[in-house]
Amino acid sequence: MTAAPVLLQGNEAVAEGAIAAGARFFAGYPITPSTEIAETLARRLPEVGGKFIQMEDEIASIAAVCGASLAGTKSLTATSGPGFSLMQEMIGFASMAQIPCVIVDVMRGGPSTGLPTEPSQGDVMQARWGTHGEHSVIALVPSSVLECYTLTIEAFNLSEQYRTPVIILSDALVGHMREAVVLPEPGELRVAERGTPDCEPEDYDTVMSDLDNILPRPPLGSPFRVHVTGLVYNRRSGAPDTEAPEIASDLGRYLREKIYHHRDAIVRVEEMEMADAEVAIFAYGSVARSARAVVKWARAQGAKVGLVRPITLWPFPTAAVEHMAAQVHTVIVPEMNIKQMSWEVQAAVGGRAKVVDYGRVDGKLITPAEIKELVKREFYYHDWRDS
Amino acid sequence: MSALVDEQKLEAAPHDAECKPPRIKPHTTSEITPWLRTPKTIWCPGCSNGTITRALIDAVLGLQLDPEKVVVVAGIGCSGRIAQYLEYSTVHTAHGRALAVATGVKTADPSLHVIVAMGDGDCSAIGGNHFIHAARRNIDVTALVFNNSIYGMTGGQMSPTTHMGDKSTTSVRGNVEAAFDLSELAHAAGATYVARGTAWAYRQLVDVIAGGISHTGFSFVETMAVCPVYYGRFNLTSDPAEFLKSQKEHAVPVGKFEDESRLRERYPVGVLHHSERAEFVASLQAMGDKALEAAHG
Amino acid sequence: MADAMKPKGPMEIRFSGSGGQGILLAAAIIAEGATAQGKQVVSTQSYGPAARGGASKAEVIVSDEEIDYPEVDAPMINLCLSQAAYGKYAADTRPGGLLLYDSGLVEPDDTVAGCELCGLPFTQAALERLGKKVVANIVAVGALVEVSGVLPADAVEQAVVNRVPERFRELNSEAFRLGRRLAAEARDGTQS
Repeated sequence: MTAAPVLLQGNEAVAEGAIAAGARFFAGYPITPSTEIAETLARRLPEVGGKFIQMEDEIASIAAVCGASLAGTKSLTATSGPGFSLMQEMIGFASMAQIPCVIVDVMRGGPSTGLPTEPSQGDVMQARWGTHGEHSVIALVPSSVLECYTLTIEAFNLSEQYRTPVIILSDALVGHMREAVVLPEPGELRVAERGTPDCEPEDYDTVMSDLDNILPRPPLGSPFRVHVTGLVYNRRSGAPDTEAPEIASDLGRYLREKIYHHRDAIVRVEEMEMADAEVAIFAYGSVARSARAVVKWARAQGAKVGLVRPITLWPFPTAAVEHMAAQVHTVIVPEMNIKQMSWEVQAAVGGRAKVVDYGRVDGKLITPAEIKELVKREFYYHDWRDS
Repeated sequence: MSALVDEQKLEAAPHDAECKPPRIKPHTTSEITPWLRTPKTIWCPGCSNGTITRALIDAVLGLQLDPEKVVVVAGIGCSGRIAQYLEYSTVHTAHGRALAVATGVKTADPSLHVIVAMGDGDCSAIGGNHFIHAARRNIDVTALVFNNSIYGMTGGQMSPTTHMGDKSTTSVRGNVEAAFDLSELAHAAGATYVARGTAWAYRQLVDVIAGGISHTGFSFVETMAVCPVYYGRFNLTSDPAEFLKSQKEHAVPVGKFEDESRLRERYPVGVLHHSERAEFVASLQAMGDKALEAAHG
Repeated sequence: MADAMKPKGPMEIRFSGSGGQGILLAAAIIAEGATAQGKQVVSTQSYGPAARGGASKAEVIVSDEEIDYPEVDAPMINLCLSQAAYGKYAADTRPGGLLLYDSGLVEPDDTVAGCELCGLPFTQAALERLGKKVVANIVAVGALVEVSGVLPADAVEQAVVNRVPERFRELNSEAFRLGRRLAAEARDGTQS
């Protein structure tokens, strides 16, 4: 007996997913089109013993989230483009200091104030490279209301497991969309707990946290008396050290490898009709919905078209793209930006297939009709070339 | 919500400039040093940051706080380095963000004693917005500002507390901007405990810091710091002892202070403002308790 | 009409008007009514910066199958509550579909062909019979359900009750029933 379906908005689903994941702290600043996440959590968090703060800006919001997480509470913030830009500084701090936290960016048209109420996918590269310096990041892209819920839980799990900020790249369309969904029952989805290191406080400084054994961070105000810093620090002792190149190199490489070493475990890609596909559509987020409609249409016409939909955008699903490149002759990359991910796809395809980019930056969702035209062109071209 | 605010007496208590902070008996060096992670600092000879660090440890010891519950959150600059030297839970955040991080720490775990160490530029330039809003919320953290009237870490540039006419590497012909009076700014923004001390008057400094920590609400402690290498060399004296002695001339006990504050020549020290009003985390907790009861009751 | 309105495949409905007319609420009610019926439902919205007076549009797709593309290009049911919305969207109505508009606010033109036109005075009726112009959207939802038969009326009325604050429930239920009555009278050629 499954639960009755409920009509839920994408932003509301993020908020409910956060609560289900055990988040008990939210700090944010109002911004369209993410505000419903703050509004829902302002109402809901106190009902489950959590706390909500509206901060003075987005910098303060992510800073407070870092502080609350360091004090031992699973924490998140939500924003959109302009606020996401402001948060980059402290996303870097969270990355450097290895603070688990979740940042939801409900993407809207930009740059600057841009198109506040219209969707975009223009922040996908900012999510990867927005903060300065060498670091790595995990970013997840929901394409449905149900995924807004489930991926928020997964974002918290990943942030706890890899002790890193995790970004959810929603958009104005998915965030404001309502869908009939059946939410998983409590306990149905795995929820990772924070935990404490299984060693004595006096041993903590000398216990090595390596790639396969990422120790949880003990909370502030515990016997561990940790020092947390945004300076380069000795990965074993936690003490800042900016004068030893080998220490800086060790930390810099570790912060990247901590994610990339586990890429196979982290990355999730959904494939549709790829077994015999000759043309693949690589699409993510709300655009993947249009792409799915096109694959169904194409198959009904007998055209071998498949879909590769990255659910994890960062780390980039290189293996899935390489596999795809070995099979299809063309990859179509429709996205609500200009070439941001198609450039990345092209790098992974490495010339083994043609990459066709298609971008829209007018705040409108790419329609199935537009993608159909791109698909048709590829088949006509090949018919002509083969004959 | 209005009922909640009424219950907690939002109205400020009458201004009490006569508030006496606790008297702390200074501790011996052997009592102080266990709370330092390292004997080595990056601070210049003659810098007063070591004095302020010791005063903070003295205050924590004097108040008999559980050291495991003490969290020091620092910003970036010379003062920010205090975090890595103290043997408490410590966070060395980003420039200007210490109070915002501390807001998250205190809200998530109200049992912690959260002390925020900032420089003058850290607190009032890049962190100015967080500063006034933390004061407005009256969140129960103690903001300890090391005011040396200059950016020391970057080599002596003017800050919002550099006095008009003062020289720095970015005001080589004299500063044309007016300076903030940080204590009055904190008071205007809603801080419920505001005190000023000097590196010169050590025991008073320990006492006003202890007063801030034991106060419930946003407490602001401004320490007039000594920076002989930059501020002093450009404007006063590069001799640390001379600089320190000048504070004796400038500082006037708050009860005896009658001039308009002009900061550079004369400024009041002691507990400048003290009042009571609803504390942020307690109010949030009270509202949450009601919501929890309504949801499950 | 009611039978013709139920083609195989998804049912696409568009609501349009100006900010403050309750376009988003009207769509949410239909979406919630359909959800309670166990349907696949997707609803999207588009609105400008003005909370009052700007263009507002919401769309609902109801289907037995998984819904991919969430937006509506050619609605089978097209409700327009302002002249601007009519001018912008009326022509999108799918051939054989239903174009519903507020006859007190919209002057229909002859650019729309091949679909059923149904103009009813939602706002005027809300004001005159219930004393509240603000429930015109719910009157329109009632009429939409009555004319199209897209969902069982009681399921939608329940959604109305669920979506509005308790003290306005009776008023909104009244509005919903008023809309159904208006539509039924127009269909049967009777006047109350």
